[in-house]
Amino acid sequence: MSIQEFVAPHSLSEAKGFLSDGAAASVLAGGTDLLVGVRLGTRNPERVVDLKKIPELTAISIDAEAVHIGAAASAFSILHDSDVPSFFPGFAEALDLIGSTQIQGRCSAGGNLCNASPAADSIPALIANGAQCLITGPAGDHQMPVEDFVVGPSKNALKEGELLVALILPRPSPQTADAYLRLTPRTEMDIAVAGVGVSLTLDENATCTAARVSIGAVAPTALLVEAAGAALVGTQLDAAAIEAAVAAARQSACPISDKRGTSEYRTHVVGVLVARAIAQAQARIVEAVS
Amino acid sequence: MNAYQEFSIIGSRPVRPDGLDKVTGRARYGADLNMQGQIYGHIVRSPHAHAIIESIDTSQALATEGVLAVMTGADLPEPGDSVLGGGEGAIALKDLSPMVMSQGKVLFHSQAVAAVAATSPELAAQAAALIEVSYQVLPAVTDMHEALGADAPILHADRFPDGFPEEPTNLAAHISLEVGEPDAAFERADVVIEQTYSVPMCHQGYIEPHACVARVDAAGQVDLWCSTQGHFMVAQYTAALTGIDVGKVKVTASEIGGGFGGKTTVYLEPLAVVLAQKSGRPVKMIMDRGDVFRVTGPAPGAQTRVKLGATQDGQLVAADVECVMDSGAYSGNPASFPAFMATACYKLTDARSTGRAVYTNKPKIHAYRAPSVPQVTLGFELAMTELAAELGMDPLAFRLKNAVEEGDVNMMGAPYNRIGLRECLEVASNHAHYKAPVAEGEGRGVAAGYWINAGLQSSATLNVLSDGHLSILTGSPDIGGSRASMALMAAEVLGIPFEHIHPQIAATDAVGHCDVTGGSRTTLATGQAVIQAAEQCVAEMCRRAAAEWKVEVGVVTWSQGAAHYGEQSLTFEALARRAGTMGGPLTFSSSLTASSAAPSFGVHICDAKVDKETGRTTITRYTTIQDAGKAIHPAYVEGQMQGGAAQGIGWALNEEYLYDENGVLQNAGFLDYRIPVASDLPFIDTVIVEVPNPLHPFGVKGVGEVPIVPPMPAVAEAVYQSAGVRLRDMPLNPPKIVAALQEQ
Amino acid sequence: MNKPLNKMAVQATINGEPTAFLCSPGQVLADVLRDELELIGTKIGCNTGDCGACSVLVNDRLVCACLVLAAEIEGQAVQTIEGVAEGGVLHPVQQKLLEHAGLQCGICTPGVVVAAKALIEHNPNPTEEQARYWLAGNLCRCTGYDKIIRAVLDAAQQMREEAAV
Repeated sequence: MSIQEFVAPHSLSEAKGFLSDGAAASVLAGGTDLLVGVRLGTRNPERVVDLKKIPELTAISIDAEAVHIGAAASAFSILHDSDVPSFFPGFAEALDLIGSTQIQGRCSAGGNLCNASPAADSIPALIANGAQCLITGPAGDHQMPVEDFVVGPSKNALKEGELLVALILPRPSPQTADAYLRLTPRTEMDIAVAGVGVSLTLDENATCTAARVSIGAVAPTALLVEAAGAALVGTQLDAAAIEAAVAAARQSACPISDKRGTSEYRTHVVGVLVARAIAQAQARIVEAVS
Repeated sequence: MNAYQEFSIIGSRPVRPDGLDKVTGRARYGADLNMQGQIYGHIVRSPHAHAIIESIDTSQALATEGVLAVMTGADLPEPGDSVLGGGEGAIALKDLSPMVMSQGKVLFHSQAVAAVAATSPELAAQAAALIEVSYQVLPAVTDMHEALGADAPILHADRFPDGFPEEPTNLAAHISLEVGEPDAAFERADVVIEQTYSVPMCHQGYIEPHACVARVDAAGQVDLWCSTQGHFMVAQYTAALTGIDVGKVKVTASEIGGGFGGKTTVYLEPLAVVLAQKSGRPVKMIMDRGDVFRVTGPAPGAQTRVKLGATQDGQLVAADVECVMDSGAYSGNPASFPAFMATACYKLTDARSTGRAVYTNKPKIHAYRAPSVPQVTLGFELAMTELAAELGMDPLAFRLKNAVEEGDVNMMGAPYNRIGLRECLEVASNHAHYKAPVAEGEGRGVAAGYWINAGLQSSATLNVLSDGHLSILTGSPDIGGSRASMALMAAEVLGIPFEHIHPQIAATDAVGHCDVTGGSRTTLATGQAVIQAAEQCVAEMCRRAAAEWKVEVGVVTWSQGAAHYGEQSLTFEALARRAGTMGGPLTFSSSLTASSAAPSFGVHICDAKVDKETGRTTITRYTTIQDAGKAIHPAYVEGQMQGGAAQGIGWALNEEYLYDENGVLQNAGFLDYRIPVASDLPFIDTVIVEVPNPLHPFGVKGVGEVPIVPPMPAVAEAVYQSAGVRLRDMPLNPPKIVAALQEQ
Repeated sequence: MNKPLNKMAVQATINGEPTAFLCSPGQVLADVLRDELELIGTKIGCNTGDCGACSVLVNDRLVCACLVLAAEIEGQAVQTIEGVAEGGVLHPVQQKLLEHAGLQCGICTPGVVVAAKALIEHNPNPTEEQARYWLAGNLCRCTGYDKIIRAVLDAAQQMREEAAV
């Protein structure tokens, strides 16, 4: 490995210093992408900046408005040491699908986002839930929607010296639920061939009043398919509405053919998953009411 | 008739002698030994799949501080025409030497072209990057059908298989067998089917990468430690490849972290020896996981055309099988086994079986559990099932009606002895799984499988210790619990406690020759050497007791761990303690070329559910039934059945080598080479059928290979029954199933 | 180029014992355990987190030691396979793997033991499905997982029974 320096700052300001003095630095949260990249020769940092000693980056807090997840908090701690899964079962399922138990012990939602893989499981779930990125940098703090954060395969919107601090998921309004489904050939240990995150809100008459549909692994970045959400709003999630959402998702998909699946298959199956994820989110709302 | 009819400890399930070391992390595998002063080897690999090496400049690497040796293919002797081993295990040095390190021409991507040894692994890797290799790149061909095309690049311009002398082609081998008059026999058939089936190239997928450490001392004596299925093979191959006398090569087998046929050759060992020779330091080498996929292993991909004919009442009358197999860059001899064994399960007096092997720009293929037979069996067994459906017959009943039994003759003209296929089919027919209704939306498939089972050479030495314990030395690496089998067999003959027996895998200088642990031969052949040595021990102990009692040896009997005459007895322990005054140390050796091997058969039942929207298949229930002859340690027999079934299921559903147009493997890691994980499989039920092998004193038959033979056709049929669409090309992955359903 | 003297001093607790070692900044925990501390029970099958053979606990969290930098464990507690059997007494998972013949070649076994012990500590009464999904990151090519899963469920049951006494 080419890594020449390892630092573990205890504060954001200290971390920013390590990231902005010109050294080829990579941040380390869970390391499950970074260290694989170093091993395979695709990542070549001289300095590694471990973020896990910075309190803001591993904290998970829930207030009246939102759920705040430190960008370096591990999937395992989000899943098992916090109430996040009760608010966002779909997002939790997405985290639970990343790699193995061992990988989840290390990998972070922030890292999954920053790594910006088109097939990342947590990104469609975050987009569906309207999550925001809290970013700090030389110019201070700012926020950005997750769907704008990933700008291309392995490319995120962070500028020189900037750092993702936390993910902020607005607390779901009443009668809201999310779902995340993906397709992999195996049950576990695979990269999504297609992934779908959905968040729905229903009124007391079971009419959909808000919907966000996000698709992954079928385009250079995870996409928010606004037309799919729009097709659902105002409906009772009848077959025609779901079919329209499915069609919109397939329309937005522009997948590649590779070792993990053909373009035709990905386009087909993303629609199947959209329909199933809508049904699952709807069932969650109905179940919570009854 | 078996020499032993009743057993006291054979068939029980004691904890294996090496178990404690393996559950506590103490056991030492290939990468777990360090030699004093060792340095580290790193291999330079070709970025091209087909190229001529124009030049190699190692000067920069050699000039780097900390680099102690550099080698290229020029450091290996010219292979010439010499052949190592014999029979099916024979390999020409010209197929082995360039596979280990290219000697002028590159025939597959990542083929070794040079190597460096340096004081740290990082330094060795950095220095390797400084070696400059100039290539003349040639077009590569990775598809075996394209490789047989008229305009395909030729891999070996100097090779002409028997019967094809005109022009060099990529045809590596051709074999055709015929019994009776198959063409005429098809005329008698009421129903004939003919279909083509294919199986992709795949990898054995052992979890432990290849690893070794080698020292060459000032006298030229080589001390080599490595993970292998056969350290005597390693000694022989390494000696031949390096030009060192085999007598100067001592090999110690580490514990082995899986092999399945993939560790029946050498990759790193000769290179480590040369680098150690050159540097004067021990050299350790560990293969990167990606390279394990890129350069080792693969089992050949194959395409099989099967034509079967039967009468309306279900009598199989003729078969014509043509199997084309991918040999990779060098001859791996994959064509003969399918030709011999394609029809092995059924009575066929009129049949033709053809095998062809083709060179492609991919790594040389190696054995993978029942080598080449799962590929041809996908075709033959799925065709049997399709034919049964056309005849309106139950697939097991159709097989039972045609199953081989004692006295039938196989394609090689050899008659079967006492075999257990019929018994397995009967057990399957009556099994609760087969009798249970198929669940809604699911499908069920059955298939049979055969493996010839090897005998080959084995040796064992028994040392009676002074406290009545026993050490067993064999030269057969323990890949799946064979120490337990050896101890059980010795305990059975000697009548002493299992816990008093300590089996060990001895180095090549400490025990007689043993061929590789492979071909399902170890429990049978090495076990028979143990049995024979134990019988010598009993005879000697009886002789000593007779001398003590001043009686004829013929009146002394041996039972329950003691010699008896009348009221008198002398226990094994007493005889051991008094050995020094009763004739000296008690040490017994036996070596043999086993002629007791007998084939094994298995039948599998698979239930599967296909999600018709996504094309994903879930295996919902799986049962394996197999004739083990006599199961020495039933838990490890079941383990072989379950493990082989899991590998076959993986091959059926998701495993395949994916190459790009330049001959670069696209899925060289466990993330994208998808072997089954724990959550992919159900419990795998097992039924051990025991039809004793009459040639073996305990009735043993090899069990390791057969379990990988039936899964592909069983799964494929279950998928067909669930999805309603017939797929004959493996793997049955989700995109393929969805595409077929949409086409339908 | 490599700077051979660029070493960091790390203090951590390994299998309950205070331990100090030197590592380079990019060295992974698996390599330090095996090469510096001679804890060779942690196996390396892939070096990319895909096989689970190097499973260890860091602060009671199950991880792959090939995907942890050794420098990260400063001040932390690591448990490896060598620390599982306490005072020479096998953990029930180890004992049950032996009794069920839940290992063949044994290369995955240390990782399976560490992961299964973590499972039972996390969930004392796992279902078959939960055990299979928890252990999905521990590849085994020999057994088809049947006897491993049976051994793990049996060990969990024994531990529940012992806890109830």
